[in-house]
Amino acid sequence: MLDKTGVPTDSLVRSRFPDTSFLVKPKAILECYEDISCNPCATNCPFKAITIADGLNSQPVLNPELCTGCGICIYSCPGLAISVVQIVEDKARFKIPYEFLPIPNSGEVWSGLNRTGERICDASIINVTDSKRQDKTVVVTVDVDKKYLYEFITIKVQK
Amino acid sequence: MKEIDLMIIGGGPAGLSAAKVALEAGLKVMIVDRNMSLGGQLIKQTHKFFGSEKQYAKTRGFDIAKRLIDKLAVHKDNLEICLETTAVGLYKDYVVTTLQGETYTKYRSKSIIIATGASEKVLAFENNDLPGVYGAGAVQTLMNLYGVIPGKKALMVGSGNIGLIVSYQMMQAGIEVLAIVEAAPKIGGYKVHAAKIRRLGVPIHTSTTVKRAVGKDQVEAVVTVELDEKWKEIPGTEKTYETDIVCISVGLSPLHQLLSMAEIEMRYIPELGGLVPIVDEFNETSMEKVFVCGDVIGVEEASSAMVEGSLAGLIAAKRLGKEHPEHEARLDDYLKQLSDLRNGPFGIKTRVGLKKLRGVGDAR
Repeated sequence: MLDKTGVPTDSLVRSRFPDTSFLVKPKAILECYEDISCNPCATNCPFKAITIADGLNSQPVLNPELCTGCGICIYSCPGLAISVVQIVEDKARFKIPYEFLPIPNSGEVWSGLNRTGERICDASIINVTDSKRQDKTVVVTVDVDKKYLYEFITIKVQK
Repeated sequence: MKEIDLMIIGGGPAGLSAAKVALEAGLKVMIVDRNMSLGGQLIKQTHKFFGSEKQYAKTRGFDIAKRLIDKLAVHKDNLEICLETTAVGLYKDYVVTTLQGETYTKYRSKSIIIATGASEKVLAFENNDLPGVYGAGAVQTLMNLYGVIPGKKALMVGSGNIGLIVSYQMMQAGIEVLAIVEAAPKIGGYKVHAAKIRRLGVPIHTSTTVKRAVGKDQVEAVVTVELDEKWKEIPGTEKTYETDIVCISVGLSPLHQLLSMAEIEMRYIPELGGLVPIVDEFNETSMEKVFVCGDVIGVEEASSAMVEGSLAGLIAAKRLGKEHPEHEARLDDYLKQLSDLRNGPFGIKTRVGLKKLRGVGDAR
């Protein structure tokens, strides 16, 4: 399916989530489903929480014990394939990469989209960072209803 | 006639990397490039690059170009850069003819590195000459270099990395991308690129191609059609999109013309993108001291082009009797980087192509 449509199956997506018991703290979700020659997620992780088997050509694997959810991998990934998620009460709190204008502001409510681009929920913007080392990949912290944990992927401005 | 040590034809990632290593070794270098600035295709790449740190992974393409160009500054006394200058002739006696404006100049160079890159393939369909039918490279040039959007709505033809990346960049520029069509049964580029477009609602239709563009003075619509497993059009599956941009991204072909002109031995290797020179393991061609690097020896990523360039600069210096102070270490490092970069599934075409080219190993 991913090969033909660009949409990963639900089971593929879930395979990248650690057990929900880990998600009381923020953890990285590595949605890199293909062995490509690329390793910045691993080489930039300050906690050595991401491993690439041969150092370059395998898919990255997260050690959720070591991951602090710092989010450096989010903007280090050239494929924008990494988010960080934490369950906060009845919300799933995501940190996602975003490279479009307008840049969201905290307090706004945007549309939450699934992996085919359909609006599935409201997404409350909690925080936005755009530091120099992020190199123009804005990281948006956003709350959605917990039930969209495995569906939510990005945001779109509400018309 | 002007005599020089090393002429590098093409100032993209491969040529710039070659220049740096050759300059470090003490050669006098001239870079000839037909564009207004150095950097090749990198200067219009606004996305972050893949690879590892040594190839500037996670750096945006135009910033990689800046870094490669900045690194040449310390060697400026030994470097001559000729911009808006096209190498129009390469001859067996090591003469290169360049054309700048209306002036032809002849050089004789002891060694020559050809880093001319590749050009976009075209696609034959009805009305493909209507204004509004663009190559992906042209769309990138307009948007990312000149800040001009080519239209309001687009259909992308081709789902290789360029098609996917340029679709994303069009969306960043505010263009509505209606769909991406791909004649092959599978998406050609990295799935991460596909996913980041798909999640913004752009459908990707595989086994589908463009049938014709429609319009009087410019593109007003485009008709697509589905293909069966034998790549034959399936009647009745036509679909019309109202659009003013049809963006073509169906692959690249090595720019081999100069090599062919000097009667350098060539071979047609589909896996490498077309006609490429026969080379040894260090990319030296059948014409002694003439090297190739980058897309001209097989269409790949900028990451491998940079490493191939460094390798060409290193070997050229040694062959001219000015061995780089770190020759052995660099040689091992570059060969290892290339082998690492080509080690994954996306490197298969290059691995097979190079084996065919060199006539060794288990070529298909």
